[in-house]
Amino acid sequence: MRHVLKFAAPLAVAGGMAGAAHAGELQLSIEIPKLAAAEYHKPYVAIWIEDGDHKVAANLAVWYDIDNKEGGEKWLKDVRQWWRRTGRELKLPADGLSSPTKPPGVNKVTFKTDAGPLASLKPGSYTLMVEAAREVGGKELVEIPFTLGADATLTATGKTELGAITLKLTQ
Amino acid sequence: MKMLATRLVAAAALAALTAGAAHAHRAWILPSQTTVSGIGEYVTIDAAVSNHLFFPDHRPMNVDQVTITGPDGAVVKPANAAQGQYRTTFDLKLEKEGTYRIAQASSGPGGGRGGPPPGGMPAASGAPAGAPPAAPVFLGTSSGPFGAQWTEGKEVKRWRGTLAEFNAQGIDKKKGVELSTSNRRVETFVTVGKPSAVPVTGKGLEISGGTHPNDLYTGEEVALKFADNGKPAAGVELTLISGGDRYRDNEDAIKVTTDKDGVAKVKFPTAGMYWLQAQANTTATIEGKTVKSQSSYVAVLEVLPG
Repeated sequence: MRHVLKFAAPLAVAGGMAGAAHAGELQLSIEIPKLAAAEYHKPYVAIWIEDGDHKVAANLAVWYDIDNKEGGEKWLKDVRQWWRRTGRELKLPADGLSSPTKPPGVNKVTFKTDAGPLASLKPGSYTLMVEAAREVGGKELVEIPFTLGADATLTATGKTELGAITLKLTQ
Repeated sequence: MKMLATRLVAAAALAALTAGAAHAHRAWILPSQTTVSGIGEYVTIDAAVSNHLFFPDHRPMNVDQVTITGPDGAVVKPANAAQGQYRTTFDLKLEKEGTYRIAQASSGPGGGRGGPPPGGMPAASGAPAGAPPAAPVFLGTSSGPFGAQWTEGKEVKRWRGTLAEFNAQGIDKKKGVELSTSNRRVETFVTVGKPSAVPVTGKGLEISGGTHPNDLYTGEEVALKFADNGKPAAGVELTLISGGDRYRDNEDAIKVTTDKDGVAKVKFPTAGMYWLQAQANTTATIEGKTVKSQSSYVAVLEVLPG
């Protein structure tokens, strides 16, 4: 199921500080709900950023069955929007991008704004995209619009395959 | 001998057409999925001629007539092929990234002598070995066959061959000679990873650009682009019917017509597998010669939720 959550409750918004001495950070907290399923598989999750024109600006993470000898890549195409917009052009596994699937609970990942996939992004409007697909289960896509260049804490919540997602940007 | 064999196949095709079928049967090649991630994965494919989409209820497609072409243009053999009562099934191992083409395509001399029936040629069960060879016959060449007809006195003369033979044998000098050709293609596409361009064969009706056939999603306007004998297929009506027709009362076919560039824009209402059919009867110019051309085309296209 595709879930576009345009509203996001900013918990703290502050203007960016020009010439900040420390490197900025994008901290993501992604909750995978605990589901009662007869056959439960940890979901495949892709996290990426799109710009104001809905073009992929950065790939942040892909959590999938990396160690599956029979081919964990087989189900990557079920993370459908991600696969179509960017995933199918990536060479996986990729250092810093791919990791094994994560269990139910709150999973945190942090990215520096001056290094890695965020380094080349100019300040401006972007959307964080988090898409999950669960084997013998459903799909969900959660979007959080944010502004790069201003401190913010934003939260959105999925309905089925994703729980609370929090984005904390510090300069 | 080859001439005789072809006439028998053509006659059988014509007979099958007129054998009291209430509506034309539909040929289709249906893959288990069209979007694949991971090199070395398999898809399984059903190929049949049936009344319903996509339920096998009539005849299998002849597996020997199906050609699989990989993204690099190499022919790929199907695995585990079985031709049953109502459908043919086979597996395809996908070892390269890009778009695979799975097709049953054939050319005939046209001119009303057993030209391709719309929607599909019956499986050549029991027909002599006039079936096209397994290797791709048509890529980029106009090797034929073409048919020619002219009158000498009271007799109607017929000939068949390539355009080169047409010239070399002096058929082009016959008074009032008319050239004809027919092309028929039933196909589908499967893509591993990033889609690759589908080559234009230049024979008959075919997809020639526009939105990639494995890049179709609901809620977006897509451009279906066609060529006929290598040139934009203008004014061709495309009929699109989604699968699962057994579960609804109306066919609910989508009909669109291509513009002067051979493009028709479509917005798919629901996700699923669609059967696309098109025909074109035209007077074409092929290698400078005027040719009466009959083309028919069928593709199975998967539309994913946008």
